[in-house]
Amino acid sequence: MSTLEVLAPGMLTTVQDLGREGFGPMGVAPSGAADPVSLRIGNRLVGNAEGAAGLEMTLLGGTFQFQGACVVALTGSDFCATLDDAPVSPWNSFKVEPGQTLRLGPTRSGARCYLCIEGGISVPQFLGSASTHLLSGLGGLEGRALRKGDVLKIGDRDAPETKQKRTGKNACSTGSARDANRARKVAAKALELLAPRKVLRVTPGPQSDWFSKAAQNAFYANAYRVTEEANRMGLRLQGPTLPEGAHGDASEKARGDAPGKVRGEMISEGVSLGAIQIAAGGLPIILFVEQQTTGGYAKIANVISADLHSLGQLRPRHEIRFELVSFETARKLLMEQEELLASAELIVSASGLFRRTLRLAK
Amino acid sequence: MPANKSSTARFEPASDQSLLIYFGGEAKKSRAKARPLQSQFTIQASEQVRKLLRLLELEPIAGVRNLHPAYCSLLVKFDAAKWRHEKLEQELRKYLVRLDRVRLPEPQQVEIPVCYGGEFGPDLEDVASTHGIRPQRVIELHSSATYLVYFLGFTPGFAYLGELPQALITPRLPTPRKKVPAGSVGIAGNQTGVYPFETPGGWRLLGRTPVSMFRTDREGLSLLSIGDRVRFVPIAREQFAELAKEEVQQPASLRNSGQAEGGPYMERANDLPGNSKLGQWRGKECA
Repeated sequence: MSTLEVLAPGMLTTVQDLGREGFGPMGVAPSGAADPVSLRIGNRLVGNAEGAAGLEMTLLGGTFQFQGACVVALTGSDFCATLDDAPVSPWNSFKVEPGQTLRLGPTRSGARCYLCIEGGISVPQFLGSASTHLLSGLGGLEGRALRKGDVLKIGDRDAPETKQKRTGKNACSTGSARDANRARKVAAKALELLAPRKVLRVTPGPQSDWFSKAAQNAFYANAYRVTEEANRMGLRLQGPTLPEGAHGDASEKARGDAPGKVRGEMISEGVSLGAIQIAAGGLPIILFVEQQTTGGYAKIANVISADLHSLGQLRPRHEIRFELVSFETARKLLMEQEELLASAELIVSASGLFRRTLRLAK
Repeated sequence: MPANKSSTARFEPASDQSLLIYFGGEAKKSRAKARPLQSQFTIQASEQVRKLLRLLELEPIAGVRNLHPAYCSLLVKFDAAKWRHEKLEQELRKYLVRLDRVRLPEPQQVEIPVCYGGEFGPDLEDVASTHGIRPQRVIELHSSATYLVYFLGFTPGFAYLGELPQALITPRLPTPRKKVPAGSVGIAGNQTGVYPFETPGGWRLLGRTPVSMFRTDREGLSLLSIGDRVRFVPIAREQFAELAKEEVQQPASLRNSGQAEGGPYMERANDLPGNSKLGQWRGKECA
């Protein structure tokens, strides 16, 4: 079993997979990659099952030394990576020789970059997932962000749970990532379609009708700026506050999720990923992958599933807007995205060309 | 007819992959109808929530990925490739008409030792003076009630317990603390609870328990499950230290379940071990 040593951890680097769904009754949030699309693609580039564990880096990447030879890929935002001082570009698989050092720098674009390694990162599973939940210190490597000197095990690349299925819709025409050093890359057209959005499409929230027409209009007309308080739990936004009366009882709720004792408070209820709560002062908070599982603020809207990965690439000072779509449209966009992610055309041989036209959404 | 029961439920899409089911009068769409928790209505609604959760645990719906119970609602997260809101609502209504026949599991009776006041309960004095009573009276009141675990939320293992005796109802802190130590016992509004992890929090802290609320080396992981009944038992400072030491050693008797397969949402929700240790603190005096 090969290993990877952390020479520098970067700003906030954690082990993540696609999270642990199904433990809501225990108050356990799914967690998982903030930009799951990037993680899934990274895993496909190196021949893993798309849910294998990788490293999620935030704003400033880490430096890693590889003990053995392996195939790796970087996806998500461009963190100015070098392999033994030679630049390597994201969205490609490439081979690392024993003793080589992969160094990542500050981001050139969005908030997160993923390092996927053939075989995946091997940590003890907690409730069926390798994902780190920082708030409770559960999962991942000892429930925490990586530190200098940590040594991570790389999983068995031929284990059935790590290995990409070679048949069916996920089959890749280029075969194993190891075969004859054939590098893979992501089709340019697919990258364009999956690029993180700054106009986030949303569906109405369960309390959207608590907000006046004027407030709702303002919400969709305003541009909001992501504040420094943006992390895996949620993103606090800055911008024009919603007009008086807009948040109604929700403002009474501002101090938290106590149910119904203070007059007019909203009773706590389960909250969905990407829910947009209007907190004290009429400003939005978007709940994210390490969100609290229940809460008592009124929710005006919810980011659609197809745009959730875009949240993972937002960083402080990014400006965003919201665009209302129907549930049917949201569903259609998700299905199209899933179709693209599952398609054999997503990954191409790095030397080959992506010729076929994807008949998929803009 | 049992079918009438289901008509009191209201469905509301929460996102493109989740659906909220509200029970009881609190479920009314108008915010003006939001009522205090302390009502028979809420307790009934909570029972409906627990029964639906139970039924969905026993007979899971394929394509339902997660469930988040709360006071009078259940958030159902589903696979959008398999379900649309309307179809899932139809399916769930078939469950709702059967709720009357659902038997909830026998609730665990759990006693949680608490050392009140001092550095463990920095808000005890304030709460007492707010209500014009002595701190000792706050302790007596807080440890006199039997609380229902309405649901777990916020963080893993955080149980929302109700309801606090009337005389203790206190709003949460105006500014939440950045760090609340694990094991802190707090109150907010008419609810009480124990912080399983060191997290931020705005509840007023009365004391601390040495018992772990959530640990990965314990079967069931969370000490409390939805529907359990809880009492707080005052302990002295020395007992706290003793119990804290035992708590560290205890895992020997507990089975490791942190390696569980990624599971269906129903897993372990009603399957906690018998806590034979609990209850041994009864009757001991607080310092």
